[in-house]
Amino acid sequence: MLTHNPYKPQNWEIKKIIDETPDVKTFRLFQRGVRPFIYKPGQFVEISIPGAGEAPISITSTPTRPDYLELSIKKTGKVTGLLHGLSMGDVVNIRGPYGRGFPVDELKGEDLLFVAGGIGLAPLRSVINYVLDRRASYGEVIVLYGARSYDDLVFKDDLALWGSRRDMNLLATVDAGCDEWSDREEGWCGRVGVVTTLFSECKMDSARHLCLICGPHIMIKFALAGLMEAGFKPSRIITTLERMMKCGIGKCGHCNIGPKYVCQDGPVFTMEEISRLYEAL
Amino acid sequence: MRVYKISKQDEKKLFKVLEKFGEVWLPVKKGGKCTFSRIYSEDRLTFSQTEICNRPLLPLKKLLLPPEFNTLDFNAERYNRAEQNVPSRVVVGSHACDIHGVNILDKFYTTDFIDPFYRERRKKTIIIGTSCEPDEYCFCNKTNTNIIEEGYDLFFNDLGHYYLVWVGSSKGDDIIREGDDLFDENITDKIIGDFINWRKVNENFFTNDIDFYGVTDLMELKYNDNELWEYFGDKCLSCGQCTMVCPTCTCFNVIDDLEVNKNEGHRRRYWDSCMFKDYSMVAGGHNFRKTRAERLKLWYTHKLKAFIGQFGNPSCVGCGRCIVTCPVDINVYNVVSRLKGQEKELIRK
Repeated sequence: MLTHNPYKPQNWEIKKIIDETPDVKTFRLFQRGVRPFIYKPGQFVEISIPGAGEAPISITSTPTRPDYLELSIKKTGKVTGLLHGLSMGDVVNIRGPYGRGFPVDELKGEDLLFVAGGIGLAPLRSVINYVLDRRASYGEVIVLYGARSYDDLVFKDDLALWGSRRDMNLLATVDAGCDEWSDREEGWCGRVGVVTTLFSECKMDSARHLCLICGPHIMIKFALAGLMEAGFKPSRIITTLERMMKCGIGKCGHCNIGPKYVCQDGPVFTMEEISRLYEAL
Repeated sequence: MRVYKISKQDEKKLFKVLEKFGEVWLPVKKGGKCTFSRIYSEDRLTFSQTEICNRPLLPLKKLLLPPEFNTLDFNAERYNRAEQNVPSRVVVGSHACDIHGVNILDKFYTTDFIDPFYRERRKKTIIIGTSCEPDEYCFCNKTNTNIIEEGYDLFFNDLGHYYLVWVGSSKGDDIIREGDDLFDENITDKIIGDFINWRKVNENFFTNDIDFYGVTDLMELKYNDNELWEYFGDKCLSCGQCTMVCPTCTCFNVIDDLEVNKNEGHRRRYWDSCMFKDYSMVAGGHNFRKTRAERLKLWYTHKLKAFIGQFGNPSCVGCGRCIVTCPVDINVYNVVSRLKGQEKELIRK
């Protein structure tokens, strides 16, 4: 009969839940089985709740820390809503990893500029921590991060750590609510404005930096426009495309754009590739 | 390639042979519609191109990937393998265009990740193609899908009082061996002459004057011709019938269906359509293809251009189903006509 069913999810156990923001939780997961779970930063999994369905979620942990898998999940629908109701020790169903991740090997030696918005930091956190765990292999690391408010900043522990490191540079900003934020986290940052306002401050150099962007659709659009204006070559801008990815293996059709399937050919694309696709952004 | 001859008088005997290989299915008229149905020995099996109904409303994909089936069973904690009852079938009566369609499904579903549900059914399906008489909607001669080289197990070419039978696979060969006394290996010059003559006559049946030349380029060059796509978008009902009847449409959706007791259920997969409004909607409600014009453009771009980037050929096989099915006459003929700056339309009868 069916020898291998790629649609069949496996059981994983929730070992830790971190409340990131009012609507984002990070789930630290352990697999009950023995099969090693090998992935790349930027890849995603399909997570199921029996009876509710399946949702594609990007991996936020790094393969350089192989003891666990972390998924940061924003409550937006049925499956993610139910996931938010789960507790430690509960079981989730996962299949994957899927898709083409960030080209972490090709990035070796490059000076990296990360631009993230909101929950879009989740897949980039995977790359950033990957790079930091192999720090000597990469050049300069700058992280620009923006969220709607202080409460909406995810991974505050990582942000504190990144902010304190001397071998990288973190600039964070929020769209609004600076006073409240400054009161709480005085001396760390306190910028106000959308993430693209950080471009002028971070001394980015289109000749030197390779840029990785992830965030809400609208933020990616503005960030790309700003980078192109600053003279970045399309081949040196890497971003992710969001589409409905039902099956994850290029069969169900929903994520199709021209000859590409975002779930298989992406979700990570260079701007050069995207510019050859109609209506990708 | 081996070729045999079989007399039409031996159809009944041949049916007995085919039954040894599985359920026998054939397109027959049911309630005015041509549909693939299982036939039994009391029914009449014929391979005759004038007697098999010409264009089953749903192509072979209906049998290779049913419109709805269980992919997994689940309980509160995990998903388990669902029982797949896949019968062995001998499907008679597919034409060259539809077998080309199956070849495209084969590529799509069995490259990279293999879809186990498709592969299982495909492996257990013997395809016996038959020659056909094109009607006014057919245009496989324009899409280069009127001649079929592979994808069938046997192919029956109707030459009047006998058939010329092409063997396309070892399974097809098994059938020939099983019905050894029915098949004649002696292909005379007279038979070859009959076949060449049949080809000539057959080609003259085509009346569909769709002009496919340069369509792939036009899809790209006229991509931003909003007027063209809005003309069709204004008429479109988003009913999805074009995608259901298309031999090369493969999109599906998946839902978890709970049993009444709420503790277990089935993960079900069913045909989806890119014409449906929520097809490209993501979490949070953003819809990448809100308008009917955008969705129509996606479909035609995929069929006539994008598929080439993936597999080297367009995925329209010229079967004419979109022409006979669309209730508002949005079809490949009319789209190609507008792409070429013309307004002539082919309207279904």
